[in-house]
Amino acid sequence: MDRQVVMEQGLTETLAVPRLSAAARRRQLREKVIAGIVTLVAFTGIAALVLIIVFVAKEALALFLEPEARHEASLSKMFLPQVVRQGKPPAFVWQPVSNVPKVSMIPLFIGTLKTTVVSMLVAVPVGVFGALYAAEFAPRRLRELLKPVIELLAGIPSVVLGFFALMVMATVLQDTFGLHTRLNALVAGIGLALAIVPVIFTVAEDSLTAVPRSYREASLALGATPWETAWKVVLPAAAPGILAACVLGFGRAIGETMIILMASGNAAIVSASLGDSVRSLSATIAAEMGEVVVGSPHYSILFFIGVQLFLFTFVLNMLASAWTKKVIKRLTGSAS
Amino acid sequence: MSLQPHTPRAKMESRELTLRYGTKTAINKVSLAILEHRVTALIGPSGCGKSTFLRSLNRMNDLIPGTNHTGHILLDDTDINDRSVDVVDLRRRVGMVFQKSNPFPKSIFENVAYGLRVGGMKDKAELAARVEKSLRGGALWDEVKDRLNESALGLSGGQQQRLCIARAMAVEPEVLLMDEPASALDPIATAKIEELIHELKAQYTIAIVTHNMQQAARVSDRTAFFYMGELVECGATEQIFTNPREKRTEDYVTGKFG
Repeated sequence: MDRQVVMEQGLTETLAVPRLSAAARRRQLREKVIAGIVTLVAFTGIAALVLIIVFVAKEALALFLEPEARHEASLSKMFLPQVVRQGKPPAFVWQPVSNVPKVSMIPLFIGTLKTTVVSMLVAVPVGVFGALYAAEFAPRRLRELLKPVIELLAGIPSVVLGFFALMVMATVLQDTFGLHTRLNALVAGIGLALAIVPVIFTVAEDSLTAVPRSYREASLALGATPWETAWKVVLPAAAPGILAACVLGFGRAIGETMIILMASGNAAIVSASLGDSVRSLSATIAAEMGEVVVGSPHYSILFFIGVQLFLFTFVLNMLASAWTKKVIKRLTGSAS
Repeated sequence: MSLQPHTPRAKMESRELTLRYGTKTAINKVSLAILEHRVTALIGPSGCGKSTFLRSLNRMNDLIPGTNHTGHILLDDTDINDRSVDVVDLRRRVGMVFQKSNPFPKSIFENVAYGLRVGGMKDKAELAARVEKSLRGGALWDEVKDRLNESALGLSGGQQQRLCIARAMAVEPEVLLMDEPASALDPIATAKIEELIHELKAQYTIAIVTHNMQQAARVSDRTAFFYMGELVECGATEQIFTNPREKRTEDYVTGKFG
């Protein structure tokens, strides 16, 4: 009992806190000011992003509100086949500045789809296997050289890559595959892959290197070869990071403009062939925004395309993060 | 300690083994025999080379750049560093359990099946049978039989370590190397591991590195004391702990330094 009394006394004594010293007050004030500044800066960035989205969406919204625009570019005109010429079957045509504007989005979707798919088909294996080589098989000296060099590749301006695709790759690919059109989806897609490989490589390599060495040791000690270890243990363990790398690459591919503008031929053709020229969503904005009448339906359509590009990447990111969570849950048995 | 009817043969043996990391000598001229169907404990203070010695027995040190060695390590009288020995085959015969439990981020079943799969076993029924047998051998089956498809990372630390032992046993090695297998576990989990080691020595030859002298005394038949990269003394565990020949051994096992 005595002890408890003593403890309670001790408690009341410590409760009688002396007033804060001047130094402590200054310190607390300084903390508050700094935290305030950091918060302000962070919210400026977020606010800028939100305002951009609001602005783009507002310009696109005219498409649905103004009668003239609704007539010229209704949803059915943008997404369903239209009779362009009398006596011909309905078709998807993008000719926004003709006497009768034809504003079908489908050729642009096809263009973006073709270039993106080609670039991902090239860049994902190259990037991931390159990362696997660098992380698992390359001698240490080579790895220390490889990573900065490839990261440097990410810093090449896309106009330079586009120029290379336009001047060198287009000729080589045309000669190799005997393509009818010099600038086409294949050239643009592979040119695009040049820009994406470093992105995928860097992020994938980081996630592979982050796999604990103990996994590798456990696998090797069970009599697995280095390749089996890399393929069956290290790669699955790094799956969430690799997926993130691919999503980043995809985001870059779908939005990348300059390479496609230079190397794709920019003809809005509806076809399945990779040898035909294509016109992508992003290149369309870049090519036409400079000459469009501000406030016209065409102007609004270009912003609408911008909104769609944003939505694509947004939805893809959502799907990818949901899938990543599922993978992590399966790997670790807990949702973290 | 039970009576040993006859002296067992050496399953593994090092002869004048010297191993360096770059220029730093980690172990110096160690000659030690690991007897068949016995538990050999390697004890000694931190940095004495006991873990390095253990890891050289299945050539895990190959993974560390800059290591080189002289001398020989024999497995059934064949030099394991000989060109004719494939390191993958060696590691299938000499398995290893690590200090920190390291299950793969896969299901419990896949963890145990991994070594069998890379060994080429494809038949599902055969795999399932071997996984069950190994998990029973690892004294883990009753705790996990209803959740074989859940991630192994959801198990407790002690269960994870027994899973790693089961995983190492699944490929049926002849020798099992254990690098402080219970150092990160609580006393109850440790007791289970030690019990397991007792049961395993009927089938396997075991070498175990431990910091815990009581553990060495409890689980091992023979004890080797390492100090500063050298093998100071090796003998029957009872003799090392009660009547060591060397002064340094006596000082260490009685806790004068360590």
